[in-house]
Amino acid sequence: MHGLLRERLLSRRDHRLERGKPPQPLLFDDMMEPTNEGARPGSADRAPGGDPPGPQEGQAPTGAPLLELRNVDKNFGPVQALQGINLIIPEGQVTALAGDNGAGKSVLIKTVSGIWSPDGGAVFWRGQRVHIRTPKDAAALGITTVYQDLALCDNLDIVQNMFLGHEDLHLGMLNEIEMELTARRTLESLAMTTARQIRQPVASLSGGQRQSVAVAKAVMANSKLVILDEPTAALGVTQTAMVLSLVKQLTSQGVTVLMISHNLNDIFQVADHLAIVHLGHLVASGPASNFNRQTAVDYMTTGRSNRETAGSPALAAS
Amino acid sequence: MAPAQIPSSTPPSPREGERPAADETVSGAAAREAELAASPELMANTLGEYLRAWVKRVRSGDSGVLPILGGLVAIVVIFQLQVHVFLSALNLTNLLVQGAVFVLLGMAEIFVLLLGEIDLSVGFVAGVGAVVSAFLMAPPFNLPWFVAVAAGLASTTFIGAVQGTIITRLHLPSFVVTLAGLLGCEGLLIYIVNTSSPASGGTIRITSVVVNDLVNGNMGVAAGWVVLTVVLVAYAATSFWRDTRRRRSGLSAPPMSLTVLKVLMTAVAGIGLVWICNSDRGILVPVTGIPWVIPAVLVVLLAFTFLQGRTRFGRYVYAIGGNSEAARRAGINLARIRTISFALSGLTAGMAGIVYESRLGSISTGIDGGTLVLYAVAAAVIGGASLFGGRGKAVHALLGGLLIAAIYNGMGLLGLTAAPQYMITAVVLLAAVTVDAVARRSGASRGTNP
Repeated sequence: MHGLLRERLLSRRDHRLERGKPPQPLLFDDMMEPTNEGARPGSADRAPGGDPPGPQEGQAPTGAPLLELRNVDKNFGPVQALQGINLIIPEGQVTALAGDNGAGKSVLIKTVSGIWSPDGGAVFWRGQRVHIRTPKDAAALGITTVYQDLALCDNLDIVQNMFLGHEDLHLGMLNEIEMELTARRTLESLAMTTARQIRQPVASLSGGQRQSVAVAKAVMANSKLVILDEPTAALGVTQTAMVLSLVKQLTSQGVTVLMISHNLNDIFQVADHLAIVHLGHLVASGPASNFNRQTAVDYMTTGRSNRETAGSPALAAS
Repeated sequence: MAPAQIPSSTPPSPREGERPAADETVSGAAAREAELAASPELMANTLGEYLRAWVKRVRSGDSGVLPILGGLVAIVVIFQLQVHVFLSALNLTNLLVQGAVFVLLGMAEIFVLLLGEIDLSVGFVAGVGAVVSAFLMAPPFNLPWFVAVAAGLASTTFIGAVQGTIITRLHLPSFVVTLAGLLGCEGLLIYIVNTSSPASGGTIRITSVVVNDLVNGNMGVAAGWVVLTVVLVAYAATSFWRDTRRRRSGLSAPPMSLTVLKVLMTAVAGIGLVWICNSDRGILVPVTGIPWVIPAVLVVLLAFTFLQGRTRFGRYVYAIGGNSEAARRAGINLARIRTISFALSGLTAGMAGIVYESRLGSISTGIDGGTLVLYAVAAAVIGGASLFGGRGKAVHALLGGLLIAAIYNGMGLLGLTAAPQYMITAVVLLAAVTVDAVARRSGASRGTNP
């Protein structure tokens, strides 16, 4: 029985290899168009466009700022949750947001996803000033946030979950075949073959697979920026590896990732950039290669580091 | 963890053996079991494989309609051993007609159970639908039957919509709102019957021949066979067409032999049904043919199955029942879907009311809506719908309703009084819920970690 499944899996991958490259869902087509801001050249390749901010590029895909926060403040009554945050999220890369509990990570992503708007400062999307006041505004820009609860319906299958809220209709009826094909293409483009049966209810999936479905849903919704809230917090070793490889895969699809994480192992495995918040201040940000475990821990726990590292992190004004 | 694992899963990997091996480590044996348990229809290529996968699914806790079918067979055997007329054509037809009210009420209840809500008012809402239509058909109004029935169904739909609006807009628990609906509808029913001039002793007689014939009239013998043939051909054609389309699109489809088997089983059931109803069951004069109410209920069943399985609305109902927060974030208008569901529940209850009055030939203030609603919930739950939302289909109400009708009917034949009838129904309900819960729990304990 199992051998047969395996055979089917293999034959499906053969099919893909024949075509030379992973199938690109149609959804990605408009991402390849030049934007009005000119931050990206009109080529489908991610040639370095504009001037990358960090000292580290080379293997970096694009690096032009996709989202930029300037002097963003957020208060809850007398509590200053965020103070003067200056953060650049480069396009097509993985930015990790780290910090201790209560440092302001969640406040920061909720501000970007439109749960609440900032009290001060400005947000720029591809160089243009934007106002993200509601989650709908964020979705319109192409920002999708995958919260820890994942927002999946256990009783529905993978396809049904991925299309929830924007089902494909044919003569007023659900177009199951088209939805299944699109979902399958998206999952394959993310190299997600671990969820072998796409018509399996989500309840029967493992934690990592569920996380992957939630991410695939965001990709299928044509997101430019996917924000992951502690994607590996509840996962074991192999499941974590699976999710991290998915994160890597996202950037190869041209999707930018902002990942909140406590876990330095995860951060150093996948992040191109690292930003560390401490007590509402952005205390350090820069290419992940500028940090090591010690300095990262120092910043997360005390807000500063005296240790010598390969390159000194670009310190944010605080 | 080894960082080397990351590049290994970057596609397209030229080495064939690598990824399935990685899959092994990720999901392991548990996932292998789960995937077989998930949906045998989509995993199997041959009938044998399908059956093995299906057995696995049943053993992993998702027993589907198996317990209820088993229960139905057991009850039929028990009653047949006690009373030999139980399986006579007359009694079986009678049983199906008795079951029609339970089935319709169960389908009404499933609409709200799927949302994780409950509707306690369906029994008396059915009564209001019956009384409104009977009231309008009787003098002095003498309205045509279809106007009266439409008015009855419109009034019950309206009651459902009002309850749904109160529940969703004011964020009140459906239990309390529909409890108020139960009391209010009983009052409304008594009020209408008492103000109706032709009512004598709290009863309105049904004067319309058409409404009376819904239950008491029969389809012609030949017509029954013709309708059955048309239905079977349509069912077979849509089944094969769906599979063909899936295969053509490169998706997995159930094995051909399985579809053939399903069509054959449906054909056997259909032929059995028509054969029983077409045998002479008269005592003094010959009586043959399918009572009209049976195809009517089947049409409603088909319509609701379509609505729940093939439309956006149906999908959203399941999504809300599964995880209302996820549904809300997906941009679904929860209030609208919930309100429509309550309205549909009211509409279906109204249909049950029409069948009820047709069977009795009259409608009185004596209608026991309190007991009817309990049978409605019992029919849905015994059939396999979940009280916690997200799981259940219209066909579950059909199976559950028939099981309750079988108990009700069999105990009536045995001459049992109300006391043992209620107690035995209680035991069956508890048994059905227990079997379901135990099977699910043992399945869950073997499943993946939450």
